[in-house]
Parts: sequence; structure tokens; C-alpha cells
Amino acid sequence: MSQQRKAVALISGGLDSLLAARAIMEQGVHVEGLNFFTGFCVEGHTHAIRKKDKQKPKRNNALWVAEQLGIKLHIIDVIEPYKDVLLNPKHGYGANLNPCLDCKCFMVGKALQWMREHDFDFIITGEVVGQRPKSQRKETMPIVQEESGAGDLLVRPLCAKKLPPTLPEREGWIDREKLFEFSGRSRKPQFALAEEYGFKDYATPAGGCCFLTDENYSRKLADMWQARSDRDYELDDIMLLKVGRHIRPRPHFKLIVGREEGENKFLEGYRKRFVHLRSVSHTGPLVLIDGKATEDDLNLAAQITARFGHGKNAEQVEIEANYMDGSSRLLQVKPLSADEMQTEWYI
Amino acid sequence: MVYLDARRLLCPMPVIRTQDTVNKLAPGEQVEIVCTDPGALNDIPAWCRINGHKVINTQQQDDEIIIIIEVGDGT
Repeated sequence: MSQQRKAVALISGGLDSLLAARAIMEQGVHVEGLNFFTGFCVEGHTHAIRKKDKQKPKRNNALWVAEQLGIKLHIIDVIEPYKDVLLNPKHGYGANLNPCLDCKCFMVGKALQWMREHDFDFIITGEVVGQRPKSQRKETMPIVQEESGAGDLLVRPLCAKKLPPTLPEREGWIDREKLFEFSGRSRKPQFALAEEYGFKDYATPAGGCCFLTDENYSRKLADMWQARSDRDYELDDIMLLKVGRHIRPRPHFKLIVGREEGENKFLEGYRKRFVHLRSVSHTGPLVLIDGKATEDDLNLAAQITARFGHGKNAEQVEIEANYMDGSSRLLQVKPLSADEMQTEWYI
Repeated sequence: MVYLDARRLLCPMPVIRTQDTVNKLAPGEQVEIVCTDPGALNDIPAWCRINGHKVINTQQQDDEIIIIIEVGDGT
């Protein structure tokens, strides 16, 4: 009896990785899933923060995919090692701060490491030649194999017939003839295969799976690096970029203004780490000050805070400024008018 | 019972912390996870179903979610 081979599948939560894993399972291979959490993954976060989204059904699509497939899923925290990928991408960025090719090399490399540690035989991804992003171009696919170190242990079942045979195909662990030759941006072949396999209700994220592909998010990240003269970051930094309005009235500080109750609650968790402001005479948002604000700056910050509360048309609003040492003081300010809020302050 | 404080963490971090805790425990041991992200109410039970662990209880108290799970034998 031949040995049952084991493959580890990169599971993003999208349709392609679901189909790729299933195609290999169809050939009797034992498959387990890996999902890497970089801190920039779209899954879950803003749903968890904003109150208006709380009634929507929430699910982690990678877990959902694993459950549909009936496989184990290992979610790996790669926040720290991912910093080097983002900060020093050998192949550069895409349209925004998305280092897609370096990211794919990194993830396949991590999967290779996991594969070796757990005595698995090969790696599966849902890549399709010619599909976005940059890492799936025909000329970049060999780069992923080479730079990740996976070489021909990397199988892309959805477009395998468009690529040279890999070791699992040559050795007969899997039958190349039962793999696919999808290419290009059309999603029709994937939808047809999903139907054949009986998958419904799968995720089709319009903006990809990563915040770094988002123009607004990338702008906030670049602004943070520029203001700090340092391109490093912590998980809390990148979480806060997903929350609230970000307003930089002066180069040395910005305000993070909660937009609704859920965001205010989330920002409350950071009260001990930031000077923060809140209107006490009217209802209004919680506002964190990121940076070092002088006394004059604090007054301006209070006026902006008042602008976003129910007292925005009042003659005077009382704002409580809370310091990190637990002390506080009250400021009486006139809210800034709409005209005084400069467009370029909004990040 | 092992206690895991996953408050203020957003999914999937509560799942990752749960996974890392469970990986150090023997079958039959229990973990009490306290979270504030409502996504954990779906994600932790889903992770348990996939990986062969058992959810003993889930409850919500104000803004906190408490999930008790029992470590399975890995099958």
C-alpha cells in the first residue's frame, strides 16, 4: 500500500485557496491548513470595532474554509517577522504599501519551515497565473519558488498544467492530469469548480485580504512613519490606523477621533497610553492625541474635539484633557467651524 | 483550569492565543478564555470544531465573553 502523502495548504479564506486544497484532497492526500496573521489582514477587525457592524454575521473566513474542507487550520502569528517584509521589500511595493511578491515569498517560506517541522511532504497555494496581484504573474511565480526555498515542492493546483511539473507530480504523489490550467483574471473557472464541489457562500472580498492594498490605510501608515521619522511599528499602531478619523493639524501630533460608539469604546482601551480628550458639556467622541502636543496645541485639539461633538454649534464647549499620569484639566473652547477645519489635516 | 485573558484583542488574536495555550495542554484539561471581541463567539468554537476540542460553555457578561473549552485528543 502506498504511503499517504501530506500537504500543507496556505488558506487565506478566499475561494482560490479553498479550491486548491480541495483539489489535492480529492487525490487522497492528507491536507492541513496554515493561515498567517500579519496584523494587516482584513479578516474580522473593523467588524469587531464598529458598533454598526455588530449585527452583521461575523466569521473568520479561513476558519470557515477549513471547516468546509474538514481540515485542521493552524493560525500563525507572524506580526514580528513580517515587519522586515513590509519595511524592506526586495521587490518593492504594489500600488500602495502592499509588498505582495515579498509577502508571498515570505509566507511560502514559512509554510516550508512548518512543513519540515511537522513532517509534511509539499505545499499548496491557490495561486492562478495572470491573476492579480503581482505575485501571480507568470514571471514572478518562479521567484516565489526560488526565494521561499520551496522550489518544486510548491504545487499550485489551479494552474498546475500551465507550469512545469513539480516534484509531487513527477513522483506520482498526485496526478497532474487531475489538476487545472486556469489563467488570467476571469473568475468563471473558479466559480464553476466551486459549483462542482458544492461550495456556496464563500468569501469574495472586493479589496483583497490585506489592508496594505488600501489607499487610505497606506496613506495613514506612511504619515505615521513620516511623523515619527521611524518606519517601525507595533501591533497597536497598525490597529489604531483602522479606527476613527485621523487628523493632523500640526506635523508633530495627530488626533484619532472616534466616529461612533464602538470606536469610542475601542479607543478607551488606549486611554492610559495617550493624552486624550472628551467633551463633558456635550456628548462627543473620545479623541486620542498621538504625538507631543504643547499647551497651544492642546487648545487646538480641544477645539477640534468640540467640532466633532454635539456642541459643534455652541459658543463654548467644556473639554476634559486627561494625561497619562491620571491627572486631568478642563478647557473652555469654541469649536472650530467647518471652514476652519483644513482639508489637508485629514489623513 | 487555565485562565486566558484575551480582552481587548481583536480576532484572530484570541484564537491564536487559545491555540498556543491549548498546544501546551494535555487532553481533558480546560481553558477559560475571556474576550471582548464578539467575533470570538464564532471563531473560537469554529477553531475548536476544526481541531477536535470541545466547547463546554459560552456566556456573555456585559462587554465580556467567557468561553470554556476542553482540550481534545487532537483527532
